[in-house]
Amino acid sequence: MIHRFKMHGTNIVVDVNSGAVHIFDDVAYDALQYYEDGDKKNTIDRLSGRYKPEQTQEALLEIDGLIERGQLYSKDEYRQVMPLLDKEPVVKALCLHVSHDCNLRCRYCFASTGDFGGSRMVMPPEIGIRAIDLLIQKSGSRRNLEIDFFGGEPLMNFETVRTVVEYARSKEREHNKNFRFTITTNAVLLNEEFKRYINENMSNVVLSIDGREGTNDRMRFKVDGSGTYRHILPKIKDMAESRNQDKYYVRGTFTRHNLDFSKDVLHLANEGFKQISVEPVVAAKGSGYDLREQDLPVLFEEYEKLAYEYVSRQRRGEGFNFFHFMIDLSQGPCIVKRLRGCGSGHEYLAVTPDGDIYPCHQFVGMEDFRMGNVLDEQLNNSILSVFKNSNIYSKKECSSCWAKFYCSGGCAANAYQFNGDIDIPYSVGCELEKKRIECALWIKSQD
Amino acid sequence: MKHIKTISGSTLKESMSHGGCGECQTSCQSACKTSCTVANQSCEKK
Repeated sequence: MIHRFKMHGTNIVVDVNSGAVHIFDDVAYDALQYYEDGDKKNTIDRLSGRYKPEQTQEALLEIDGLIERGQLYSKDEYRQVMPLLDKEPVVKALCLHVSHDCNLRCRYCFASTGDFGGSRMVMPPEIGIRAIDLLIQKSGSRRNLEIDFFGGEPLMNFETVRTVVEYARSKEREHNKNFRFTITTNAVLLNEEFKRYINENMSNVVLSIDGREGTNDRMRFKVDGSGTYRHILPKIKDMAESRNQDKYYVRGTFTRHNLDFSKDVLHLANEGFKQISVEPVVAAKGSGYDLREQDLPVLFEEYEKLAYEYVSRQRRGEGFNFFHFMIDLSQGPCIVKRLRGCGSGHEYLAVTPDGDIYPCHQFVGMEDFRMGNVLDEQLNNSILSVFKNSNIYSKKECSSCWAKFYCSGGCAANAYQFNGDIDIPYSVGCELEKKRIECALWIKSQD
Repeated sequence: MKHIKTISGSTLKESMSHGGCGECQTSCQSACKTSCTVANQSCEKK
């Protein structure tokens, strides 16, 4: 399977199964269009109005060479690594919901403004400790383990954050583990003390802000209805600077209200941020701000515009990282990870303040997906199996998609929310993901 | 080659020989939390 596309005057051809990516000049790109017919003379004749026969002949020979080297029209041979997916389940990452309470009332919050549809509460330190014990117990020989402090708003329960970090660190040597901590915060409560602790202990910090003041304050506001932008921007800037503009993300969400989201990304870049992630909202139909099929052409154009400006700024020495445009073609994830995807429900689990376990943070509160409690030290194996057995090959829509080894089958929670089945991907999300990958590949082509 | 420039070789196929250790970062722990973004993660071994 191949995928070919043009962007900003560059012809790009992806060999889906090998992972090879090529830039074709016009004659090779046009010749490829007819190559599958198998009649080279016919191809040369059809292109004779545009190219000299010897040019087309040369291009066809180069295409032949790629095929011989396994870099074009290569076969999918990855079912043979599937047994690696059948190994004993290993948990390696937890999303700890240390606070099911929030000091904001963001309109698009999938956590129902912090409480995930339940009561507002914070995680007692003991639950956090038991979560660490469970992770160590279920992680087998996996050395690198991850904890993300999430909410609601995790800074509303920093006592548990500290307790968990200190407890986990105290267990590292005994169990040969290396814990990596991250925190996702709205920044409202950030102060010198929290900042210092986060910088000393967290490998990444995700700071929520949506972009321009109007964009941000339309969706992200306090309990009294007032916007957050002016309150949080200086705190987020200070935090980013204190980490030398590295190992953090300013993280925003765009909705139907700001389809021109590239302006929000560039606004954040203009404010000096170097690590930026602005992502499409996942919202129910009828919310008024959900992204729809009809919005896709505008959004595609936005991504392409953003990619162009991204490269221009890089060339001027004013570059920044945009999370969804980052792609590592040479040292990216192995094929096993690409088949497996995000690992929700088996490698990655979410824990609520009272210790309940769910496949990921987006499933929290859905009773059918409750997998157990950290106090019981057991996981519901039937739910775990459903998620563990979900991969690229279990998703019919993915089999014919060129992007499957980049997105790894997409987000299970999105699929469930829109289609009631974790194996039926969310189509609007798929289209946006494909466009982002095209942009990321085009950016690489400009190196 | 005159007409084609390869910017990335058969990286997926090559990863079959060394992949699967699972020590890499979980994608949703990086920044996303609402969208599956796997290809921009790095391999822990390299």
